[in-house]
Amino acid sequence: MNVIELIVFIAAAALALVGAAGMVMSRNPVHSALFLIANFFALAVIFLLLSAPVLAALQVLVYAGAIMVLFLFIIFFFVQPGQKHLYVYSLPWQTFFSGILVIVLICILVLGLYMGGVFTAEEHVQSAAMKVEELTSPQALGSALFSRYLLPFELTSLLLLAAMLGAVVLARKEGRGDMEEKD
Amino acid sequence: MSVIEVVWMVAKILIVFVVLLLAMAYLTLVERRFVAWFQWRIGPNRVGPLGLIQPIADGVKLLFKQELIPAKADKFVYFLAPAISLIAAFAIISVIPITEHFYIADVNVAILLVLAISSLGTYGIIFAGWSSGSKYPLVSGLRACAQMISYELALGFAVIGVVLMAGTFSLREIVLGQEHIWYFIPQILGFIVFLIAGVAEANRAPFDMPECENELVAGYHTEYSAMKFAMFYLGEYVAVINVGMLATVLFLGGWHGPAIFGAGLIGLSNLFWFILKTCAVIFFFIWIRATLPRFRYDQLMRFGWMVLLPLALLNIIITAGIRAFIQ
Repeated sequence: MNVIELIVFIAAAALALVGAAGMVMSRNPVHSALFLIANFFALAVIFLLLSAPVLAALQVLVYAGAIMVLFLFIIFFFVQPGQKHLYVYSLPWQTFFSGILVIVLICILVLGLYMGGVFTAEEHVQSAAMKVEELTSPQALGSALFSRYLLPFELTSLLLLAAMLGAVVLARKEGRGDMEEKD
Repeated sequence: MSVIEVVWMVAKILIVFVVLLLAMAYLTLVERRFVAWFQWRIGPNRVGPLGLIQPIADGVKLLFKQELIPAKADKFVYFLAPAISLIAAFAIISVIPITEHFYIADVNVAILLVLAISSLGTYGIIFAGWSSGSKYPLVSGLRACAQMISYELALGFAVIGVVLMAGTFSLREIVLGQEHIWYFIPQILGFIVFLIAGVAEANRAPFDMPECENELVAGYHTEYSAMKFAMFYLGEYVAVINVGMLATVLFLGGWHGPAIFGAGLIGLSNLFWFILKTCAVIFFFIWIRATLPRFRYDQLMRFGWMVLLPLALLNIIITAGIRAFIQ
């Protein structure tokens, strides 16, 4: 990793962390959505640094570009500029259990990285980068989706179809509105 | 990377940026003159010969105007929105190959990148509509959400036909693949869908629902004044130029054309053809703006989902069938 890459990585990682924290902590849902978009964008930059440009483009195109627009579409109906949401309720022992959950999550992450050999893999960084580039090329992604991962791919589409049908049924119930939202 | 390469790269970025800014400024004048001409009016012709200094006068005016910020606005988002709009519009040029050797970056997923950046540009309009804290901009922002999602899908699917023909996502290689036949001939369906969806994506009449002035005052930029308004204006016109350049690169053979300046100046004739084709597409945009009445909003949504999207899908099926079974 050369100096420029390191600088870009630090900036992107900082933006990703700020975005994630801001998304949870801001008191206005539109600001949360904005922080989440910043987070997605920073993740896309990190994908680029990991030589996976296809994933980066899809991350922005699908998550930041399309899904968040739909989220905002709904949020806009309920939230005005300057509106603050204060959550006064909380479950008993919520802070305690969430703390434990965070510690467990960090342990799992570190363990996964350790098992994956990230902490000892200095010798084949170059070959790993080459392999990633091969794995994430549009051709490789496409043929993997339609051969080895065909079943999960089709199951996902079935799931989406069910969700779409559900949305149509829900929308049709209260009279025939002329505004139809489809995903 | 040597020092000379870095300097040349920065110079290229500056050249493209300045030329794009100038082109955008004069595009406003060209559009006003042409629309006036179409409508049997005279148009702006007072400032300088033929009104040629008009864009500069407009720029100076916008720069020095008083800035009003609505009291109910969400300041941070309100300031962010025009910047998103402008940056996204300018970022797209970075992956467009202007001639065979003059381009800022040749990325192997350039098309995906263009679609991704243009989908981010939508946030400028959406956030501007919401953060103004006023009802007309809000309606405009909601319209922009729905319209952009519907037409982006059709745009993306129209482009897939070209990707299938060329077998690559790189815009430069797509142009190189059009040496013998421009893709708008085998991809005529895709070309039509691309142009229509491009008009909607650039928010132009007859699809300019988010800023339809007889329903929504001025839409999402109702509450914006001075330079921030100018930034939306800039973003919109640069988006028009972008769609023109993309149509040129994807369907009209990019820089290919007869070497009219002789074999020695092949680069110059490449540049000439690229600019000429881009201008032709932009003129088409102005032409339909002056000719066609605006759609009604529900017609617009129905047209996007019921006509454009199926046409784009049909185009993909036909192209893929030809690629798989005939070639």
